[in-house]
Amino acid sequence: MNEALLVILFFLVLCIWLGLQARKGKNMSLEQWAIGGRGFGSFLLFFLIAGEMFTTYTFLGASGGAYRSGMPPALYAFNCFYFVIAYWLLPPIWRYAKKNNVISQSDFYDKKYNSPALGVLVAVISVISIIPYLIMQLKGLGIIVSEASYGSISPNVAIVVSVIAITIYVTASGMHGVAWTAVIKDIMILTVVVFMGIYFPLHYYGGLQPMFEAIDTAKQGFLIFPEQGLSISWFISATIMTALAFYMFPHMLAGVFSAKSQKSLRWNAGVMPIYQVIIIFSLFIGFSAILQVPNLEGAEADLALFKLAKMSFDPWFVGVIGASGAMAALIPSSLVLTATATILSKNVYKVWRPNTSDEQLQRLSRMLVPVISIVTLYFTFNGGESIFTLYLMAYSFMAQLFPALFFSLWKKNPVTVQGAFAGMIVAILIVIYSTTSGTTLATLFPSLPHVIQDLDVGLAVLLINIAVTLGVSAVTRKTSIGMEEDIKQASGMDKTS
Amino acid sequence: MIYVISAIPALGSLVVINRIEPYVLGMPFVLFWAILWVCLTSVFLIIANKLDPATEGEEDG
Repeated sequence: MNEALLVILFFLVLCIWLGLQARKGKNMSLEQWAIGGRGFGSFLLFFLIAGEMFTTYTFLGASGGAYRSGMPPALYAFNCFYFVIAYWLLPPIWRYAKKNNVISQSDFYDKKYNSPALGVLVAVISVISIIPYLIMQLKGLGIIVSEASYGSISPNVAIVVSVIAITIYVTASGMHGVAWTAVIKDIMILTVVVFMGIYFPLHYYGGLQPMFEAIDTAKQGFLIFPEQGLSISWFISATIMTALAFYMFPHMLAGVFSAKSQKSLRWNAGVMPIYQVIIIFSLFIGFSAILQVPNLEGAEADLALFKLAKMSFDPWFVGVIGASGAMAALIPSSLVLTATATILSKNVYKVWRPNTSDEQLQRLSRMLVPVISIVTLYFTFNGGESIFTLYLMAYSFMAQLFPALFFSLWKKNPVTVQGAFAGMIVAILIVIYSTTSGTTLATLFPSLPHVIQDLDVGLAVLLINIAVTLGVSAVTRKTSIGMEEDIKQASGMDKTS
Repeated sequence: MIYVISAIPALGSLVVINRIEPYVLGMPFVLFWAILWVCLTSVFLIIANKLDPATEGEEDG
């Protein structure tokens, strides 16, 4: 048992305690458990939604990305689209949700299109994409804790212990537990990242500019976008894609639903960019590591931050870094767990068994938390790939939910249920195919210029999605009443039980 | 009008100035430029929020 490990353990216990504390004085209905009873003001909401920007990705991914590939992935961390989309899209979504008693992301589709079957489809897509997302967080957590404990704890043990911890407080407190631990997490991460981001460049290079100049001399072209591959067109398309997908994630929408007012959402959108700037310190860490701990390959690059930290600091501080890194993974994971459990009970189980009471649903949601945890653990221990790849794949999936949601906010929704179904299914199949077969626009069209080849596959799929959605909608608009029955029967959701 | 104001940062952030020199605040220009737009996004959205009639008369906690 070393110092670093003690520090990490302390914060883990603090997390559980805070999480359990959060439920005091709350009558846990499903609405309370899943979205905090729609009662979060600007302060908690900020940490819930803006805090989502500081996950293991900030910690290992951003610094690792800068280390591995230089400037392009580093710049990718700054995404102004998030906020513009948040500003315009979230208030109407929130209004509709409040008016129609929507508590989960699939609910939204279900009620908007008046089709429980669509709710189920969205639920399935979300759960499938959220698993890689959770795995990414957990893998990151394993690496962080194992590194910070100087190898005295294996990544797998760290993952299991942490998953048990969040399962406990999520089951007990749901969204309330998540919100309060999120506050602690952000304060810690900010302190640690800002400190290291300033310290490393100063200590090892004597300042920022000397550091970048040294990198530029040692690695030509590392600090700008290359002609091909991670080029400017990759950057632009990937940026738009992730921004569209960001709020489609069930846990993000759950965060949105927990808002008390539209004003807190708009205020959030305005202040979040300032918060995002802090990621730059994480990038500085990655950049400083390039010349100090050279030759880390592949997934090893994600450890750049820790290798450098251990070279520079006492064990207790490495423990603090480890603890904040672990929390960076735990809080999003607990938010995801809450949202996933809600979706599975409300939008899958309830459709199958329409007579379930709210009381039963609430209990079922909470029982599902440990089940989902175990499933995730299984996949975490039986999968590979580096953090960045997993992250992008989940986003490609979630972006495919965007068209149906976006058009449904129009005064006159041009999309029919069938259109929404067709668009999502076609798009998801293409994403699965292109990911598993490694197809990119470059392998499909080798003769096209790089400007087009480097476009994010998800964005191309999204365009196909929109075309199919609108196309099928136009055809089915005339015959929609008879068809709706067919769809429900075909998907088997209307079982007469 | 508020649509225009909020669209500016979205479009602005997509204009990539792909060069290292000159260094600003110790950062390569391409990085400084990205950061600049993140900050400007905040400015524009807060302005849009101030001008937005929907914001008025709503309570917040």
